[in-house]
Amino acid sequence: MSWQKTADAVVIGGGMMGMATAYYLAKLGMKDVVLLEKNTVASGATGRCAAAFRSTWGGELNIILGKACIDKYEKLSEELGMDIGLYQNGYLFIAYSDEQVENFKKCIKLQNSLGVPSRMLSHDQAKELCPGINLNDTKGFYWHKRDGHADPMLTNFAHQEAAKREGVNIQKFTDVTGFKMTDGAVKGVCTNKGDIDTNIVINAAGAWAGRVAALAGLSIPVHGERHEILATEPVEFGVCPTFLMSYDPDFYMQQRPHGSIIAGCGPSRYRKEAAPFNDYEMGDCWNFLEHMTGVMNKVLPRTKGIRVVRQWSGMYDITPDMQPVIGEAEEMKGFWMNVSGSRGFMFGPVAGEMVAEQIILGKTSLPIEKFHWSRYARGEFLVDTAIA
Amino acid sequence: MSECNCSCDVDLKELDFEKMDDDIIVCRCEEITMKEIREWIPKGYDTFDELKRLLRVGMGPCQGRGCRDIILREISKMTGVPVCDIPSGTIRPPVKPIKSLLTASKGGEYE
Repeated sequence: MSWQKTADAVVIGGGMMGMATAYYLAKLGMKDVVLLEKNTVASGATGRCAAAFRSTWGGELNIILGKACIDKYEKLSEELGMDIGLYQNGYLFIAYSDEQVENFKKCIKLQNSLGVPSRMLSHDQAKELCPGINLNDTKGFYWHKRDGHADPMLTNFAHQEAAKREGVNIQKFTDVTGFKMTDGAVKGVCTNKGDIDTNIVINAAGAWAGRVAALAGLSIPVHGERHEILATEPVEFGVCPTFLMSYDPDFYMQQRPHGSIIAGCGPSRYRKEAAPFNDYEMGDCWNFLEHMTGVMNKVLPRTKGIRVVRQWSGMYDITPDMQPVIGEAEEMKGFWMNVSGSRGFMFGPVAGEMVAEQIILGKTSLPIEKFHWSRYARGEFLVDTAIA
Repeated sequence: MSECNCSCDVDLKELDFEKMDDDIIVCRCEEITMKEIREWIPKGYDTFDELKRLLRVGMGPCQGRGCRDIILREISKMTGVPVCDIPSGTIRPPVKPIKSLLTASKGGEYE
């Protein structure tokens, strides 16, 4: 696609958050939308994520947003004209302590009140759902059928193809180097390929969004944290027929319909020292492989003979309360943030639509204003007890 | 030469080599054909990792050992960019698929 020097809006970041924003801006009638990606589309967190989405959160806003995302995910293949590999058989949350069971019950009560019919499962029901599961030490389970997973790369690319049809100009290998600004308003984006004049910029750079905002002189608390993950060779589907997850010990694993089992956990489980602040290095470590295959074999012993083919890492975009940072900068008119708080694949399609609606229509159906980062200056944090 | 020199009765003149090329399975792990790769390169999926994320080429047990060079050459042919200038994709551990039991921490510890 050829370079253009002016645009109605420039979206920074070609992951799920950015691509969905660009797609909905164009779909809602904006003519000249440009998307800038410093590497290739889906090369950041989206293409490296655990592929899952859920409505089973512990905070009201996340449950509302999560539910909206499931409604959307169920229709995406049709809307975008490309199969996204949807699979819905719930997250089976596993508790290993009575305290966790109590937390599950609190979450279920809140979820049920907001129209998410999650429920506790007995050991027998959990075993029926995932026949190979090791029930030793487990105290309780909960589950909601419509949670599930999809192919994050295909979902990202499906949005890309749809965005292209709507006329979005997508520029890969394009690095943002600065912004043009006058009188507290953004006027353009400077890149390694040249400048683009625009009055609207949407920063959807995920873990890098804090750095991008800093180029406009804005201090917005988003930083990166490296998490690791592995995938096995494809095996017959049904080895792990539901998404398994536990907060303590922290792990998740699932099997894609294609056959690969994907498993991961937070870095504190296998790193001897805490990860340095703003650790942007995409490395892989032996400690993770050793720890994760151990957990996988223990939780689901039938995985012992299955081979690991690949391990990799990706960046979580960390915010002070691990919640989204969305809205227009008060001190920089036209400069928008659309950062998910480490669930860009899950929330992307809905967050993209919300931000596009807010920009074009001046209103949106979901309570987007609650995600503005000005809450931090007021000492307000969004609380969710269902985040690992 | 119009006849195959083995004992089969294929008439080489009747074969369409262009089309035959399309049917070649480039990524044997994920069974992706040359045709599929050729369809997506002109749409802008012109680096190895983009095709990998789209079609799963190089994601199977061989991790791209079989298909990577073929795909890079095909991208080069279709885009005119020399192979050495095409991002060739990330190579990830382990070097070979390994049974999870062999790397697992002792007894599969949770903590």
